Amino acid sequence: MKFIVKSFIVISFIGLAFSSKAQDIEKGQKIYVTRCLACHQADGGGVPNMNAPLDGSTNVVGNDIARMVRIIKKGYAEKVALDGLYYSNAMTANPDLSDEDIANVLTYIRGSWGNKANKVTVAAVKAAKSKSH
Amino acid sequence: MKNVKIFLAVAFAIIAITANAQNNAGLKLPQGFKATLFADTIGSARHIAITSNGVLFAKLMYPNKAGKSIIRLEDKNNDGVADQITGWGNYGGTGIFVKGKSLYATSDNDVFLYQLNDKDEVVNPLSPKTIVKGLIARNQHASKSITLDAQNNVYVNIGAYSNACQEKDRMPGSKGMMPCPILDSAGGIWKFDGSKENQVYGDGIKYATGLRNVVGLDWNTQTNSLFVMQHGRDQLNSFYPKLYDSLQNAELPAETMYELHEGDNAGWPYVYFDPYQKKKIVSPEYGGDGKREGGENALDPTVFFPAHMAPNALLFYTGNQFPEKYKNGAFIAFHGSWNRAPLPQEGYFVAFVPFKNGKPSGAWEIFANGFSGLAGEDKVMNPRKAKARPCGLAQGPDGSLYVSDDNKGAIFKISYSK
Repeated sequence: MKFIVKSFIVISFIGLAFSSKAQDIEKGQKIYVTRCLACHQADGGGVPNMNAPLDGSTNVVGNDIARMVRIIKKGYAEKVALDGLYYSNAMTANPDLSDEDIANVLTYIRGSWGNKANKVTVAAVKAAKSKSH
Repeated sequence: MKNVKIFLAVAFAIIAITANAQNNAGLKLPQGFKATLFADTIGSARHIAITSNGVLFAKLMYPNKAGKSIIRLEDKNNDGVADQITGWGNYGGTGIFVKGKSLYATSDNDVFLYQLNDKDEVVNPLSPKTIVKGLIARNQHASKSITLDAQNNVYVNIGAYSNACQEKDRMPGSKGMMPCPILDSAGGIWKFDGSKENQVYGDGIKYATGLRNVVGLDWNTQTNSLFVMQHGRDQLNSFYPKLYDSLQNAELPAETMYELHEGDNAGWPYVYFDPYQKKKIVSPEYGGDGKREGGENALDPTVFFPAHMAPNALLFYTGNQFPEKYKNGAFIAFHGSWNRAPLPQEGYFVAFVPFKNGKPSGAWEIFANGFSGLAGEDKVMNPRKAKARPCGLAQGPDGSLYVSDDNKGAIFKISYSK
């Protein structure tokens, strides 16, 4: 009996872990489709010379979460050099996205199209925000 | 036995198609036209220009691996492939134009003038004359395209550093500025003296305004007037999801051709041209609802094309090599779209519009296609996947048409023979 209860609890936790991860990515994907896809494209490939690619981008899979959070929140209007190429289009600011939204969309972007960077938690977004002012 | 015959027939058909594609450098062309790969991988070739001796110059968006940004290509043995390729210049840019022995080239801020000798070699590669300097270039729509008229005036596009002149660019719900302050120094065509040095804004005139971004432009010698191709605005559905869905955005607004005279206004940012209603519609940033008409004093387009296809070059054909229908008509190189998702991206081709007496005389058609797949699958879901992207056009002295590609840096030569 004890064993069964223990197993049940363990399995529940595993299930919870998986479902919460799946939910993050699904929510993140929804945000991506409505807010990001037009410029960064369905495959995250961006548009040459205009909109930076997200797949394989060193900035996206890197560890500077604060920078990513800042760009999503405030937009970006500089010509950006990325992996030896330049991208010049202005990016829209998203001041209305919650910390959870940002964590979800970053998690989606960092885990899609061959990207294998780790998840971004809500706590990491909050920490990044306090750093980036 | 019958099977073998069918097999052979199919095999021959496939070989014929493949060979034909290879013969035409992977392009699909109307009957009687042929293409050669004049050059390949020269760098991000934006606009091109050809001298009366048939020497071709290409302006690169960035200096290439050899550090050169103006490339000179010559086909000495006349086999349709450049056999002498040299270059100079260390600044990126888009515009290039040749008039006699004067070669004009642009950076994103300046117009320079080089001198050619009688072999069309550059005399002063390190010391061009600066014709115009200090033009605005703020990342978006920064490239400067040029053309000249018979009086040696140079017409320069100065693109608007904005999508729709919102208070905050590309920000959902941000209002359009009234009047749009960008139009003072950008969002139009400026006219300068093509032989005077060191001109700044105040030395030229704002020739036409209300043009978001022009990359393709050409002086029409029949009408003696300037024609331009505007890149229409982006992202109606991203910023106004209550007014437009993604499928509407994919088709709105039209890409437009205008004939310009001094003082003309094409309406950006206050209106855009809807290809279905065939009307100028008030932009949502300025209170439009997708239906309300505006721009009473703004030009109507001479021709309009599907949305977002990015017309990057315009050329009125004055040669004698192509069939009569092409004489004085307009070729337009479309760079190809990025803002048509979820639909496939479109427009990686060269289009043609027949003209008679200076007016369009028929519907536009695709002239040269196949750039995106170069004999493979042409469908493009992401512009990055397009193999070649048409960007520049030039007419050779023998009447051949050259098309440049700014992806890998190919130059195609298209010729006609009966």
